[in-house]
Amino acid sequence: MTGRRNTLARAGRFYMAAVLLFLYVPIVVMAVMSFNASKLYRLPVDWSFTWYTALAGNDKLISAGLNSVWIAVVTTVIATALGTAASLAFFRYDFRGKRLLQLLLFPPIAIPWLIIGTAMLVFFFWIGVGRGLHAMILGHVALALPYVIVVVTARLRSFDPHLEEAARSLGASPWQVTRRVTLPWIAPGMVAAALFAFAVSFDQFVISYFLSSPGVSTLPVEIYTSIRKGFTPEINAASTIVILVSMALLLGVARFYRFGGER
Amino acid sequence: MAEVTVSGVSKSFGADKAVDQVTIHFADGGFYALLGPSGSGKTTLLRMVAGFEFPDAGHITIAGEPVENLEVERREIGMVFQNYALFPNMSVFDNVAFGLAVRGVGRSETKTRVGEALELVQLTGLDRRRPHQLSGGQRQRVALARALVTRPRVLLLDEPLSALDKSLRVEMQVELKRIQRDVAITTLFVTHDQEEALTLSDRVGILNEGRLIQEGPPHEIYERPETAFTARFLGDANLFAGTARAGGIELSDGTRLACAQPLGADGAAVTLAVRREKILLEAADSAAPPQGVNAISARVTRHIFAGSSLTYLVDWGGEGLKVFVQNRTGEVIPEGAEVRLTWSPGDTVVVAP
Repeated sequence: MTGRRNTLARAGRFYMAAVLLFLYVPIVVMAVMSFNASKLYRLPVDWSFTWYTALAGNDKLISAGLNSVWIAVVTTVIATALGTAASLAFFRYDFRGKRLLQLLLFPPIAIPWLIIGTAMLVFFFWIGVGRGLHAMILGHVALALPYVIVVVTARLRSFDPHLEEAARSLGASPWQVTRRVTLPWIAPGMVAAALFAFAVSFDQFVISYFLSSPGVSTLPVEIYTSIRKGFTPEINAASTIVILVSMALLLGVARFYRFGGER
Repeated sequence: MAEVTVSGVSKSFGADKAVDQVTIHFADGGFYALLGPSGSGKTTLLRMVAGFEFPDAGHITIAGEPVENLEVERREIGMVFQNYALFPNMSVFDNVAFGLAVRGVGRSETKTRVGEALELVQLTGLDRRRPHQLSGGQRQRVALARALVTRPRVLLLDEPLSALDKSLRVEMQVELKRIQRDVAITTLFVTHDQEEALTLSDRVGILNEGRLIQEGPPHEIYERPETAFTARFLGDANLFAGTARAGGIELSDGTRLACAQPLGADGAAVTLAVRREKILLEAADSAAPPQGVNAISARVTRHIFAGSSLTYLVDWGGEGLKVFVQNRTGEVIPEGAEVRLTWSPGDTVVVAP
């Protein structure tokens, strides 16, 4: 009995170690190499900020980085606001086609981005939106919305609808009810949803690649373009920064959003 | 403070008639219980007075003002919910102050009025606590203070005591009654607990399947049920089917019963209700009952001992009857014993089937 449990426990630990190894070792190697002055990855590491300095002079990468942040921030604000409003509508009202709408939220998460990207490009040209910052923002908002709705809806599931009724019986207008009672309760879910939206946008490559116009690209798109031209460790430096930002955000998610748990 | 009228109000949910042509007048300052089994429409009726549901037909007024198309937040009501619905992210003070805050009442007045409301429900000193740090009874009091602090015209209570345990419930009943008297506010109280309805209210309305079956003071409703449903739902009375004969009722086994109420035409079918505590249970061989007293013979099948009292289940010609007996002697009549049940003609109530 104990023998078997020990074996299982050992297998479990081994599995976890393997997961962490394959996930994080490449990232750590890349991060370390971004501080290595040697262009050929020679060991031992020759610690330096050479590539970060080079990155600072790379206007293309920097402007792409700023584009990425700008697009992600705008996407986050729009997607969180729209998604929260949609979640509240799903929560409060019963209307025709509600089930269908809720079901339609999930396929976009599963459809390959390459296909969505192609479809968006064709569609945006067709309706005259074209390519560029605005097209990327539009595309990213559409991508992020289902994540926001799923996360906020999960949080709303633990909300007692009688609280809204109680507030109304005390004379609160619909807006006062939302602002004073409902929003404070779902705030942690909204923060988590916002972080998801930011991550979806900031890490987005395929859709941005399709929708970016010449001269207006995002960091992942610019990195990809640079790599095709010939690899420089500046990319390591840029990637390290991206990874640090993304990880900070996702740790934020873990902090605010306890996956459906009570707060 | 205001009177509330409900006239000809109906409400359906799909094919389901939740409330069907209900008309009631709730007098100013009265404590009114709406009593009925689950699904009787009592909660829907309350929610229509509150404004959470809108009637399909009929009118509702509060203080003479028609409100059936008015939103909840404009009706100036106070409501206590079954689970209290306290705002979990607010302190006791902020919960009670909520109705004042949304009305833009100033800081010092808010403080005074919240203080008064908490004093009214005897919760002074707990204003910084969060709802999850309170006991069930305390939450109940906060909910009551929150509902009353805005000086509503009507107080609506949706099974407010059902989440409490028995002893606390009795304590809160007394409290509720005291507070209602102090504030003198028209109160509508929905419950499925008949004892609670009888204890607390000035008037009771009995609902079943969306219809108002009977309404009146608790004592009258209990002593003079108009229908078999009321007789059974309130106090689970014994029912007899019989035929009207000159000067009495003939039961299926030929027994003649006297009844103080006027009866229908000779030969008409009647239903009688006799309360279990009005019946006297005697040994079959005891002295014959006085003239004019109703008497039937039965056999004890079982007894339920409850300390201060016993309920005997007896068999009368294949029908089960219940007799309530005060435990004065400590004696228990054994199963199978032949007994005689007697009661006064005045306690024989004719009800609609």
